[in-house]
Amino acid sequence: MINIGILALQGAVREHAKALQAPDVNVIVVKKVEQLDEIDGLVFPGGESTTMRRLINLYGFYEPLKDFAKKDKPIFGTCAGAILMANEIVGQMEPHLSVMDMTVERNAFGRQRESFEAILQMDQIGNNIEAVFIRAPIIKKVGPNVTVIATYDGDIVATQQGPFLACSFHPELTDDHRMHQYFVKMVREPAIHA
Amino acid sequence: MEKHVGTDRVKRGMAEMQKGGVIMDVVNAEQAKIAEEAGAVAVMALERVPSDIRAAGGVARMADPSIVEEVQEAVSIPVMAKARIGHIVEARILEALGVDYIDESEVLTPADEVYHLNKRDYTVPFVCGARDLGEATRRIGEGASMLRTKGEPGTGNIVEAVRHQRLMQAQVNKVIGMSEDELMTEAKNLGAPYEILLDIKRNGRLPVVNFAAGGIATPADAALMMQLGSDGVFVGSGIFKSENPAKFAKAIVEATTHYQDYALIAKLSKNLGPAMKGIEISSIEQKDRMQERGW
Repeated sequence: MINIGILALQGAVREHAKALQAPDVNVIVVKKVEQLDEIDGLVFPGGESTTMRRLINLYGFYEPLKDFAKKDKPIFGTCAGAILMANEIVGQMEPHLSVMDMTVERNAFGRQRESFEAILQMDQIGNNIEAVFIRAPIIKKVGPNVTVIATYDGDIVATQQGPFLACSFHPELTDDHRMHQYFVKMVREPAIHA
Repeated sequence: MEKHVGTDRVKRGMAEMQKGGVIMDVVNAEQAKIAEEAGAVAVMALERVPSDIRAAGGVARMADPSIVEEVQEAVSIPVMAKARIGHIVEARILEALGVDYIDESEVLTPADEVYHLNKRDYTVPFVCGARDLGEATRRIGEGASMLRTKGEPGTGNIVEAVRHQRLMQAQVNKVIGMSEDELMTEAKNLGAPYEILLDIKRNGRLPVVNFAAGGIATPADAALMMQLGSDGVFVGSGIFKSENPAKFAKAIVEATTHYQDYALIAKLSKNLGPAMKGIEISSIEQKDRMQERGW
């Protein structure tokens, strides 16, 4: 069995739990720092990144999450989760956890009325994957060690850097769980991305 | 590349992202910043908070667009705003301003006594209040992407929100437990669209998130509503009518995340200063109860 945690400070936790389901996966809803010791991989769900960051600080998650990433344990961030992982955020002095070499711009497609659904092609994961973009960020720039997994209309919307996977949309809101299956595989077989 | 805006998944998904969070009523940029700083997941831009609307009497309308814009410029979290029940143009104005969610709200004076908005016509998503599953499913039928209890706004009294949450939960559980051949009669009894009851039965839950609203005045109130199964909370008058709004706001956010950590909520509740004074519900005449607005 592998244990995959979902950081449950705020946001869409239940949807990720459903999308991660596999016979050998035990999903753990992470609300306390100690729980990080029990898990092999971690999901940062969608939600409000500013809210999540404040709660990360408030509950003493900041250093433990950085340590978790330093051990090269797989992390998957969606939307707000991807913002938490970036090492640069357009218009902000400081990034959050800074685990991936990429620059993100928040709400880059516009406000809620500009939020949309689209179909994406991903060589590593599969074709015709449904993606729901909600006040979504865009990944403006990536470092040399970052692989672009998906683009939409020329903008980068999914990336991977070793054990870290990020996307600006919400695969957890669809019934197409291929991205989660890909992440589960990253947790199951750490060697493939080491 | 083909893209689709304003789909159910996009509208309902936005509310899913707010789960476990607190949405705070604010009347200016300064309050909006305090709310964001405290960890609010969104703010509701208003001209007056519900307790002031209640005190002022008269007709309560959509906020001045300049207040909405001021709040939009002040924060990066989503901004919501209220339109009167059935007021097509107020809703269109708020949509044009680019608000992230519209609350078709009984806190304002209804513009239409027969029809709620057809929320499917809009790209912007809507939240609506409900006291029971009949109201809730009618609003979903009209296209609401998020629900909240009505409670009794501006009272600082949690009793009505508790009543609405408990009733809705009991009715949802009843529907889930019924056999499909009983659902049409239940739909008739509740005045509920049959297809939505069927959806609830098949998926074992409401198709949209349901927040608590109307009377939440303390961190313990927020935690209580979470414990009763709310997906998150709206706090209206409670925060900026308290003596130390910044501290109060932070305490409510923390109590909502850790609603079962009683030692923590005890700590949060210390020395917050007086909460808003509040009103006993039985002292408000039936005709003055905001929850009676809408149907």
